[in-house]
Amino acid sequence: MIKVEGLTKRYARTVAVDNISFEVEKGQIVGFLGPNGAGKTTTMRVLTCFLPPTSGTANVAGFDVLENPMEVKKRIGYLPETPPVYPEMEVVEYLRFTGRLKGISSADIGKKMNEVIERCALGDVSKKLIGKLSKGYRQRVGLAQAIIHNPDVLILDEPTSGLDPKQIIEIRELLKHLSGDHTIILSTHILSEVEQSCERVIIISQGKLVAIDSVANLTNRLRGSESVALEVESPNGTPNPSDVQGRLEQVSGVSRVVLKDSKNGKLAFEVESLQGRVIRAELARTVVNSGWNLSELRAVGLSLEDIFLELTSTEKKKAAPDEAPAPEGGKQ
Amino acid sequence: MKNILLICFKEFKGYFVSPIGYAVMALFALIFGFGFYTATRDMVQMGFRAQMMGQQQPMSVNEMVIRPLLGFAGTIALFLIPMITMRLIAEEKRNGTIELLLTSPVKDIDIILGKWCGAVLLYMCTLGMSVLNIAMLFLWGKPDLKPVLVAYLGLLLQGACLLAIGTFISTTTKNQIVAGGVTFFVCLLLWLLSWFTAFGTGAFSQVINYLSIVTHMDNFSKGVVDSKDIVFYLSMIFFSLFLTQRSMESLRWRA
Repeated sequence: MIKVEGLTKRYARTVAVDNISFEVEKGQIVGFLGPNGAGKTTTMRVLTCFLPPTSGTANVAGFDVLENPMEVKKRIGYLPETPPVYPEMEVVEYLRFTGRLKGISSADIGKKMNEVIERCALGDVSKKLIGKLSKGYRQRVGLAQAIIHNPDVLILDEPTSGLDPKQIIEIRELLKHLSGDHTIILSTHILSEVEQSCERVIIISQGKLVAIDSVANLTNRLRGSESVALEVESPNGTPNPSDVQGRLEQVSGVSRVVLKDSKNGKLAFEVESLQGRVIRAELARTVVNSGWNLSELRAVGLSLEDIFLELTSTEKKKAAPDEAPAPEGGKQ
Repeated sequence: MKNILLICFKEFKGYFVSPIGYAVMALFALIFGFGFYTATRDMVQMGFRAQMMGQQQPMSVNEMVIRPLLGFAGTIALFLIPMITMRLIAEEKRNGTIELLLTSPVKDIDIILGKWCGAVLLYMCTLGMSVLNIAMLFLWGKPDLKPVLVAYLGLLLQGACLLAIGTFISTTTKNQIVAGGVTFFVCLLLWLLSWFTAFGTGAFSQVINYLSIVTHMDNFSKGVVDSKDIVFYLSMIFFSLFLTQRSMESLRWRA
């Protein structure tokens, strides 16, 4: 659906995107990850025909962005970083305008508007001026604008920024609902976001492609060990720390157990697994079988976060000697 | 075509959700109304005086009121046009909505024409305020209609031309104030050109004179339709819109 080959975008002095190639299949949700200033927005702008590439090609739904921009534009819905809304317009008025602009006929526009208002839960504010809406609502209006003409490809630049947790979940649901018929590329620097809603991840850093793979593969490939925080208490007084530690160490797949804290009759441990082993279920069973209560058990640190940091920071080290320092610090 | 109208009406409506549309029209109506009052008063007084002296010279409403008034309208418009055009594209750039327009399946030229047409529409409404005054002369007098129509055509062309220049300037900046200010000075310059060269006879002064917006207005306000003037205005409009289109294109390359 989307095919990018050797894409480079140079601004006056800086190279924003450097020789990136990737492909996205129809119906996939792809997360576009990278630190600030990595070139996410630039790549998206090239895909939406807003910026022409300096070199390389980008092909969306079978049309080249340079040769056939009109056809590409008909097939994409784009939500830029700041929602492109007119503050002096009412929500319905705005949706009518953008819908018509994207080629919806005046006969269909009413139906499409109602559909999209319902999908983005804008019913309560449909008669309000956009300028009076909160950031979250504006974001949703922007999203409504992007999906109103039912495009093949959706390109969303940080779709969940400025939303509250409930809205983020709603947007996530909406995106899941939309995938299948639609191909979605969304950029973000919130990693849990990608883990939860994307099938594939493209990580770029300083304009270069660092990794492209499915979320599961990436986590598997690069995950060192799983780290689990564990809290144990006993029904009859504080359990003996060394006793608990010994039992935990015997669980298969555990490489290291560290006692973190001990207070109010609770012992907190951090347990690390061996490479690629899943240990949480076994840990829980062991604790309970030994007659203790398991008051907490959670994976520590988002694994993708570690991968992300590792990838983007090693890239930086490698790139540092032969390149001028980037104007912005490439850190999360 | 559909897209041009869509953007045109959006733009036109936009003038009336902000105070700018009302401000432009009200200011014009106020100043023009004042000019109208003094011009008619003077004419009536002169009429009385002429009668008392026993002179029987025919007095023309066209010559004495309408012509200077519509020339005056052109001058007022000169000051109002930057107010009309300054927001056109500068505001879209500031709001980020330019991204919406440029990634929608709409040609750049449609966007530009739509915006310019919206501005011309507001300008026409503004000129419409003066029709109220002029119509009174027709109610109580018998002025000649044709030169009035020609003068309005001239005003429209002159305005459309300055609006096109303003649209171009609005693409070059994000800042409405800058766009408005620069447009004002460019309009002023084109207006003043005729002053500098009024008595010059060399080829250079003639070229400069030709470029002056106001010299072309003269014929129209006399009631003369000269193809030279029409060609001048139309080519200025075309050239400015062409520059606008180029400037929009460069937005993509520079971004």
